[in-house]
Amino acid sequence: MTPAAPSVRSRTVRGDGVDLAVYEQGDPARPTVLLVHGYPDTHAVWDEVAAELAGRFHVVRYDVRGAGASSRPSGRRRYAFDYLMADLAAVADATAPDGRVHLVGHDWGSIQGWEAVATMAERFASFTSISGPSLDHAARWTRRNLTRPTPGNLRRAVAQGVRSWYIAFFQTPLLPELLWRAGLARPFARALEAGEGVRPRDGHPARTLPRDGAAGVGLYRANMPARLRSPRDRHVAVPVQVIVPTRDLFVSPHLVGGLAGLAPDLSLRPIAAGHWVPRTHPGTVARWIGEHVGRVTGGALTAAEARAVRRARVTPDRRPFQGSLVVVTGAGSGIGRATALAFAERGAEVVAADLDLAAAERTAELAGALGGPARAYRVDVGDAAAMEDFAKTVLHEHGVPEVVVNNAGIGMAGSFLDHSPEDWKRVLDVNLGGVIHGCRLFAAQMAEHGQGGHIVNISSAAAFTPSRTLPAYAASKAAVLMLSECLRAELAGQGIGVSAICPGIVNTAITRTSRFVGRTPEKQEQNRDRASRAYALRGYGPEGVAEQIVTAVRRNRPVVPVTPEARLGYVLSKVSPGLMRALARFDIG
Amino acid sequence: MSNKVALARVDRAAELERFREIQRLSYACAEAVAATLEPGVTEREACRRMRKWLLARGVDDWLHTPFAWFGDRSAFTGFRVPTQFLPSGATLEEGMPYILDMAPVKDGHSADIGYGGVLGENRAWTRVDTDLAEYRTLILDLVRERRTFADVYAEVDALIARHGYSSRHAKYPGRVIGHQVGVISSRLPKRVGFPFGVRFLQTIGRELVTERVAGRSPLWNGTRHSDHPPTPGLWAVEPHLGFRGVGVKFEELLVVTEDDAFWLDDDLPHVRRWADRKEAQA
Repeated sequence: MTPAAPSVRSRTVRGDGVDLAVYEQGDPARPTVLLVHGYPDTHAVWDEVAAELAGRFHVVRYDVRGAGASSRPSGRRRYAFDYLMADLAAVADATAPDGRVHLVGHDWGSIQGWEAVATMAERFASFTSISGPSLDHAARWTRRNLTRPTPGNLRRAVAQGVRSWYIAFFQTPLLPELLWRAGLARPFARALEAGEGVRPRDGHPARTLPRDGAAGVGLYRANMPARLRSPRDRHVAVPVQVIVPTRDLFVSPHLVGGLAGLAPDLSLRPIAAGHWVPRTHPGTVARWIGEHVGRVTGGALTAAEARAVRRARVTPDRRPFQGSLVVVTGAGSGIGRATALAFAERGAEVVAADLDLAAAERTAELAGALGGPARAYRVDVGDAAAMEDFAKTVLHEHGVPEVVVNNAGIGMAGSFLDHSPEDWKRVLDVNLGGVIHGCRLFAAQMAEHGQGGHIVNISSAAAFTPSRTLPAYAASKAAVLMLSECLRAELAGQGIGVSAICPGIVNTAITRTSRFVGRTPEKQEQNRDRASRAYALRGYGPEGVAEQIVTAVRRNRPVVPVTPEARLGYVLSKVSPGLMRALARFDIG
Repeated sequence: MSNKVALARVDRAAELERFREIQRLSYACAEAVAATLEPGVTEREACRRMRKWLLARGVDDWLHTPFAWFGDRSAFTGFRVPTQFLPSGATLEEGMPYILDMAPVKDGHSADIGYGGVLGENRAWTRVDTDLAEYRTLILDLVRERRTFADVYAEVDALIARHGYSSRHAKYPGRVIGHQVGVISSRLPKRVGFPFGVRFLQTIGRELVTERVAGRSPLWNGTRHSDHPPTPGLWAVEPHLGFRGVGVKFEELLVVTEDDAFWLDDDLPHVRRWADRKEAQA
């Protein structure tokens, strides 16, 4: 057990026939946040989260009966919901006598929480559930999946069944207790570190783990078989936020399916993390608790917090990117504009950046007509300082984006020998530099924020289609493709996806603005006309690319060649590079 | 019968008044039928209502029978073959845009109108409809400058690109933004041939031939056949904008004289709607 830090006040509260060790932090005049731990933890699992919350809230924790410094009644009946609820009520009464508390539960603490908000709604202002389902909901969810045994339903039910192996094991008499007493605690701590990335620290796993583990088995025996056999009809009126770790080894993320029927005021916060998310991501968990409490109490939220709350909310008309912030560069026309609109149509809040402010503003105007609020900025992506400013502005005014689309680019065609150093600088500054700045600045924000995200870089079919006509352009786009692949490998562990989109011939204004080097102005104009007509004839619009970009983000696709000729080139570049080399010698300029 | 008689005599006020009457009647029909549209009504049902309303008021032939396009069909989403323009069983839902398009003939005088609306609220529709007002001004200004029809067409396309919309009139047969209308007189029966009136087809066919001889076309599009200054006469002009499943258009008669042009009528539902919106914003 942790020696209580100086700011933590500990005392004992009399529960239902037990003494409960209660720990308080922060100003009692502030809203009370009550953190309930799971099995086989103690209140100390919350140390980091509690410390983060203590500045803004009155934070209360306690050791559940059977754990830590609280009493350990014997006999499984003493661990039934009736007793647990009486304990919880006693702690709430003792620490927040005149106010409703904001309940937060992890694992078994969350299972208790669902029971509490369903049976004692008047005591709670909000509930945040982490990795512990309502047993009533879980039972109904499993039955629904088994009575409608579609392959998907069966797969999900079996997956949860596999995750619940220990529940069955805990029904075995005596054996679990013996194992805990015989020294399961040490391998458990090791497994926690290896499997979940939870480093042992003072207080967690607790020194009392062998006893906690053995006593807590009563929770499973007293409550699970009965409740799973005959689930009750529940209705939760309290605003509920469910933090859903998508890599949870014990609770399937799919268990949230249909939860809105149980709790109409529901917000979901998926996070790419394991079961012990309060230990692995305390900052994120604390921030989400703060945002949920802030929303419920009507506290002042920053623009980013308000957006996060909108994003989490589950409503019947919810769109897939509701409340997501999507930054698109080169959003004034073509693929950039179409992408901004495609995300806006799906509920996203769009930041449209372009060198041409009027064009970006028009995109924002159109995006606003389709979805959430949209803003326009003038940015030269090739200018490192300007990009720094832009990234900071976005962070301060809108928060960390969920999706960044590095789209801005310029075309350049002609013989290599005709490209001047200035031509090279320009094409590399914009096409490669712009992507590098966008990735660098926004990936840093996403990593720091710890909630994942997605970066889309617009490469080109030219990245894998050598051509004597496009040396600079193709080189810049090939660099973007490889940069995306490298970055994807680096950021995968942080839940940040990276996709490279490789469009073929798409009818946009790029043919109108491309530079054809080594040509007289008239010849250049002719080339532009000819390219524009050819691209228009090809007739593949930017909307098609935008749809592919949305799909790439949703499915976290690594490389997406768009248009049939791009897909063909992609395959040929793998199976027959020689053919691609031969084709590269044709002058298509 | 000479060409001049078959088409409208735009220098005769009385004749223009006849056209104005039938155009007003058509718009009255559009407004009356639009007021009856409710969730669940099909395009076919809407077209039936338009036909019935107009026939009860003396309409005796059609340039084409009424069209109605609901939802993303108003932007011709996924249209590949001409039969998809015909009224379908698509139903109208809350928040959906719709377009009613009719071209009745009464005593030989015809109108051809398009009326865009939305059932309830749709912000995207409001955006597009607000911008559509610019096209009415742009087209009139350019025609007054005697720019060639092909030029006007290209300028409209450029504005569509700046706005971030797509040209939906490019989906019409011949990619036309407009076509000539006039007095329909023929010995052919007043029959409808899927969905164009037989007499209209005869007139437009004859005009295609006679105008081609003069280096002009009764159809107004972006091709070289339209690369001529505005032809005097009555032109049904129908810019049609598309934006992600929302289509909005107007269609009304433009009077082109030897040296000037004007809209046959400025007191029309969409013109009033734009004025009201502008006033509300001011």
